[in-house]
Amino acid sequence: MEETPSAAPKRELALVSHATYVKEKALRYLFFACAFLAVVTVILIFAFTTYSAFPVFTDIGLANFFSLTWAPSEGEYGIVSLLAGSGLVTVGALVMGVPLGVGTAVYLVEIASDRVRKIISPAVDLLAGIPSIIYGFFGMVIIRPFVAQISDGLGFGALTAWFVLAIMIVPTITTLTMDALNSIPMGIREASYAMGATKWQTIYKVVLPAAKLGIVDAIVLGMGRAIGETMAVLMVVGNAPVIPSSIASPISTLTSQIALDMSYSSGLHRSALFGMGVVLFIISATLVGIVRLISKKRR
Amino acid sequence: MADQSTQTDELTSRERIKRALSHGKAGRISKDTSNKVMLGVFRAAAYITTLVLVAIIAYVVINGLPHISPDFIFGWPEGVNAEGGIWPTIVSTIYVTALAMLICTPIAVLAAVYLAEYAKQGRLVNIIRYAADALASVPSIVMGLFGYALFVEAMGLGLSMLSAAMSLALLMLPIVMRTTEEAIRAVPRYIRWGAYGLGATKWQVVSKIVLPSAFGRIATGIVLAIGRAIGETAVVLYTMGQAINMPITPLDSGRPMTVHLYLLANDGINMNAAYGTALLLMIIILAFNLFSRYLSRRSR
Repeated sequence: MEETPSAAPKRELALVSHATYVKEKALRYLFFACAFLAVVTVILIFAFTTYSAFPVFTDIGLANFFSLTWAPSEGEYGIVSLLAGSGLVTVGALVMGVPLGVGTAVYLVEIASDRVRKIISPAVDLLAGIPSIIYGFFGMVIIRPFVAQISDGLGFGALTAWFVLAIMIVPTITTLTMDALNSIPMGIREASYAMGATKWQTIYKVVLPAAKLGIVDAIVLGMGRAIGETMAVLMVVGNAPVIPSSIASPISTLTSQIALDMSYSSGLHRSALFGMGVVLFIISATLVGIVRLISKKRR
Repeated sequence: MADQSTQTDELTSRERIKRALSHGKAGRISKDTSNKVMLGVFRAAAYITTLVLVAIIAYVVINGLPHISPDFIFGWPEGVNAEGGIWPTIVSTIYVTALAMLICTPIAVLAAVYLAEYAKQGRLVNIIRYAADALASVPSIVMGLFGYALFVEAMGLGLSMLSAAMSLALLMLPIVMRTTEEAIRAVPRYIRWGAYGLGATKWQVVSKIVLPSAFGRIATGIVLAIGRAIGETAVVLYTMGQAINMPITPLDSGRPMTVHLYLLANDGINMNAAYGTALLLMIIILAFNLFSRYLSRRSR
C-alpha cells in the first residue's frame, strides 16, 4: 500500500487502499450528480421555457399577455380567459372530486371490512393508472352526450370537464388521504370509542381533525393534477378561448390551448404558448411548495 | 398533529364530557341515527368510485373487444380513415417506453442511492427533494413544451424516439427515485452493519447488499413508471411527431398509441379503431399495474 502523505490525514479511519478510497469518493460524486440532475432539470425546464417565451416580455408586453382577448391572428395574446377556464374547470372538479375522494378514503380506512377493502383499494389504484387519454375518450363519448341532453348544447364545456377531472383526481385524493388516516395512532380512536362516541362522531371529531393537514395535502396535489391535465380536458371543453358564459358552453384552458395551438403556431403566437407554459410551471411549483410547507408543519 | 391533541386533551376533555352528556338530552337526532346515515354516505362515496372504474373499464372492453383481432394488432393503418391495424403505433409506444426506461432507471436508482445512503439531511437534500417533487408535478404539456424546445429544436434531435424518450424519462425520474429510495430505506439496518463489520466499503455494501435486497421493490417502481409513460400523451405529442412510421433508429419519428387514439377520437373518423386502440392501451397499462402490484406483494 503506497500512500501519499497528503491524502493520509483526510482518511485517518479509512483503512482501505488509495485506489479504493478514490473509487469510493468518485462513486459518491457520481451518485450526487445523478441526484442533482433533478435540480438541474427543474431549472432547465424553467429557463428554457422562459427563454422561448422571452418575446412575451419584449414584443407582446405583459399588459397584452394578461389581457382578456386571445386572438393570435390579430395580435391579441391575452390569457385571462384561459386562466379563467383553467380556474373554473379546476374548482368544479375539486367540488365534485374532494368529497368523493375523502369519503372513499374514510370508508376504506375507518369503516370497511377487510374483505371489502381488499376489493376497493386495488380498484382505486387501478383508477389512478388509467391514462388521461382514456378518461378524455370516455368523457367525450359518454359524458358529453349526457351533458348535451341536459343543457341543450353540444356538451362541450366546463360541466363535462368537471365530471372527467373529478373522476381523475379521486384516486390521487383517496390514496393520499388514506395515508394520512393510516398514520393516525389507533389509540386516539380507541379513546374516543371508550367515551361512548359512535363511529361517525369519532370520524368527524377525532380522526378528520387529526388528519386535517394530510387531507389538505391531498387536495392541493389533486388540484395540481386538475390544473395540469391536458388531454382529457382538451377532448371535452370545446376549445373556445372566451370568458365562460355558462358551465355548459365551450371554453378553453391554458393546457388545452397549448396542446391545440402548438401544431400550427409560429413566431409570437408560439412564444405566447411558451409563456403560458411558464405560468403553468409557476402554478405547479407553487402548489408543490405549499404541500412541502404543510408536510413540514405536520412533522 | 397527534402530539398537539394529547397536549390539549387536559383542557378540552372536561368540556367534551359536558357537551357529550348534554348532547342527548336536547332531543336532537340520536347519535345512532346520525351514525348510520353518515356511514351510509361514506359507503356510497366508495361505491360510486368503484362503480365509475367498473363503468369505464366495462365500456371500453365492450366497445373495443369486437374490433380486436390479429389483423388489427399486427396490421398497418391504411387510407385516410386509418382502416386496418395499429401495429406501427404499438411498436412506437414500446420503443419509446423501453428507451425512456433505459435512460431513466440508472440515473434514478443512483440518485435514490445518494439520497438514502450517502446524503446528510440538510439544505442541499431539501432542495433535491423539492426539485424531485416539482418535477413530478410539472404539467405534462409543459414537459412536452420543454422537450420540444430543448431536445427537438435546441439539440437538433428533431421529432424522434430519442426526444420523446428523454422527455418521458424526466417524467419517470421522480417516480422511480421515490420508490427506490423507499425500497432502500426498507432494507434493515443490521444487514448493513453486518457487511460493514466484515470490512466492506460503502459502495460494496450498497452494490452487494442493499441494492440486491431492495431489488423487488425497485422493480415495482420501475414497472409503475413504465405504466405512466405508456399512457402519456401530451409529452410525446410534440416530441415524437404524429407520422405513422415504423421506428428503426432512435432518431426516427413515429406515432404512439395514445396519440393515435387522440387523433382518431378527435376527428371522429374511425371510432371502431379508436375503441380497439383504447382497449389495447388499457390492457397493456392495467397489465403493467397488476404486475407491479404482484411484484410489490412478492417482495414484501
